[in-house]
Amino acid sequence: MAKNIQSLERAAAMLRLLAGGERRLGLSDIASSLGLAKGTAHGILRTLQAEGFVEQEAASGRYQLGAELLRLGNSYLDVHELRARALVWTDDLARSSGESVHLGVLHQRGVLIVHHVFRPDDSRQVLEVGAMQPLHSTALGKVLSAYDPVAHSEVVEAEREALTPRTTTALGDFETLLDTVRARGWAADVEETWEGVASVAAPIHDRRRMPVGAVAVTGAVERLCPDGELRPELVAAVRDCARAVSRDLGAGRF
Amino acid sequence: MTDAHTSGPFIAAIDQGTTSSRCIVFDKDGRIVSVDQKEHEQIFPKPGWVEHDAAEIWTNVQEVVAGALEKAEITAADVKAIGITNQRETTLLWDKHTGEPVHNALVWQDTRTDALCRELGRNVGQDRFRRETGLPLASYFSGPKVRWLLDNVEGLRERAERGDILFGTMDSWVIWNLTGGVDGGVHVTDVTNASRTMLMNLHEMAWDERILHSMDVPAAVLPEIRSSAEVYGTVKGGILDGVPVASALGDQQAALFGQTCFAEGEAKSTYGTGTFMLMNTGEKIINSYSGLLTTVGYRIGDEKPVYALEGSIAVTGSLVQWMRDQMGLIKSAAEIETLASSVEDNGGAYFVPAFSGLFAPYWRSDARGVIAGLTRYVTKAHIARAVLEATAWQTREITDAMTKDSGVELTALKVDGGMTSNNLLMQTLSDFLDAPVVRPMVAETTCLGAAYAAGLAVGFWPDTDALRANWRRAAEWTPRMDADKRDREYKSWLKAVERSMGWLEDESDEQ
Repeated sequence: MAKNIQSLERAAAMLRLLAGGERRLGLSDIASSLGLAKGTAHGILRTLQAEGFVEQEAASGRYQLGAELLRLGNSYLDVHELRARALVWTDDLARSSGESVHLGVLHQRGVLIVHHVFRPDDSRQVLEVGAMQPLHSTALGKVLSAYDPVAHSEVVEAEREALTPRTTTALGDFETLLDTVRARGWAADVEETWEGVASVAAPIHDRRRMPVGAVAVTGAVERLCPDGELRPELVAAVRDCARAVSRDLGAGRF
Repeated sequence: MTDAHTSGPFIAAIDQGTTSSRCIVFDKDGRIVSVDQKEHEQIFPKPGWVEHDAAEIWTNVQEVVAGALEKAEITAADVKAIGITNQRETTLLWDKHTGEPVHNALVWQDTRTDALCRELGRNVGQDRFRRETGLPLASYFSGPKVRWLLDNVEGLRERAERGDILFGTMDSWVIWNLTGGVDGGVHVTDVTNASRTMLMNLHEMAWDERILHSMDVPAAVLPEIRSSAEVYGTVKGGILDGVPVASALGDQQAALFGQTCFAEGEAKSTYGTGTFMLMNTGEKIINSYSGLLTTVGYRIGDEKPVYALEGSIAVTGSLVQWMRDQMGLIKSAAEIETLASSVEDNGGAYFVPAFSGLFAPYWRSDARGVIAGLTRYVTKAHIARAVLEATAWQTREITDAMTKDSGVELTALKVDGGMTSNNLLMQTLSDFLDAPVVRPMVAETTCLGAAYAAGLAVGFWPDTDALRANWRRAAEWTPRMDADKRDREYKSWLKAVERSMGWLEDESDEQ
């Protein structure tokens, strides 16, 4: 039988202690309540503090539960917050690329479109916010599958339907494709979901480097891949946009 | 890829706003090249009094101009013109020999002239000067603020009458300083800013002698009234030395211009802490009988002036902030949409945020906020929905008033401001207005408007059609609500509004 890890048990006991009763406790109270040496207790508290699970009140030096625990409870970034932060950057991406821009997040077994900027050519277009797209064939879906383990397990278990002759359906091929996405930092969809349509997407990370969504430029394959290859400046623009939104969400440079 | 916005030339715009000063550099496509911004101090000497230090503002303006040019990695040689947009009505008097302000600027929100305005209304009331100026006698406007300063700053009236003192709104202050200040600075204002002083006759586009006399403001302090888009002078000294100063527009009018609402019947609505809606009424001065303001939209050079109707909503974004900060229902402003989206409708609840009375079209200072239609069924999500609906219904009331006054039906509403990122609100707005709601690709419509006007003045852009061609639709919401439901809901909203009225027994109770 595997033995449990002692320091994790002690950390859990500390969190329970701080969650009940007085809520704000000094180091010696915590140490004596749990029967630990002060030095041991301090080491664990410092680690919890670094992770944001515990906060130390500046004035009294006492410890309390940290904001990170609340965030764990409702772990995903509010999609409307994501849209508000992305607004300026996605407008600029549409403007510079001349194509429409979508922001997608994982929802159930697909990609939920949470923001859509029209292609800037004054043609009639319909707002696609709220629409669902497949995980396995779209650029947004591939980015989410490559970076978000939850999306990955969904897409592996799901049936990967051949939407066009170019859709990758076999699991082995799909995993290879995701490796490439992770290696390059972006994903493409060239007529793999819709005939005549191509797309490029890059991941958006929050301040904990968690993948919270993806941003994509989508348009006619003739414009996006004029010589059969995606235009490199488009890829760069999408990645710049994703980085700018990530920075706005507090992610460090990477 | 059309991403060639690093090559010039450029137009710069200064937005001297209520809380900060900004400078944005735009390229020929109207795209933002760089931004710099600096906040200034809000001075509250007494409850209801709000002042700004004009010297601090001028220092900040110089800094943000330098900052924006530096970020764009350009020099004055790359800048074809600079335009100015500003917080409206905020009033400053300064000594023309020293360039020193004689007092802090009195900010538009400052209510110290309330009693003076009542007194100025005499037996006629707040509409005494409405026919000439398009405005009711209210503490926002500059004229009464000038009078207050002349009455309350020791020896100022004598200096003013001797011709030693200059008056200006923030556009005049910035332009005077840019063009040399004590060393030959030009003392001008544009028609839109002048139309908010309560001292300009809308029909003649000139200072109104009778009103000047009634308010006891000497003509010697007044700036020359010019169009919104022409070269007033060139920058003297500093980083922009030699660049033409070529536009001035009040902030809301600048947003109208930036949204390219150049045709009669076109309207824009800016959703911030409060909301300001302006509708272009062409060459017609429309007297409002529905509590709207009549104002100048813009005037390009020698062309005829274009007028506008204006309606404002006091509490919109600030209601969402209140739900976050005071009620604690949400952790961030964006979360209101998440909460509101978790239910299908308002559950029968209506929220009338008449926190400081009802504005257009009611103008009832005895009203206070209510939440009506509460039952045990109602959850916080329904209240969140009612919060968003309140903004949409108030917009509907203003568009109804505009249609009534102008006879022009709204064909589409162009929106900007922070709240446009709220998808549910934008859809609700379209549903309640029964008209398309359109968001443009450049969110900074205020600065863009000033840049456009300046660019027109120096021939950077040939005409307003070229500006229209720059306008890009980023999103459009179309109505999805059926007419019966809309009518029923509107009726309930109006009932809730009625419940908010007459809460204060006597206006003298109000502190």
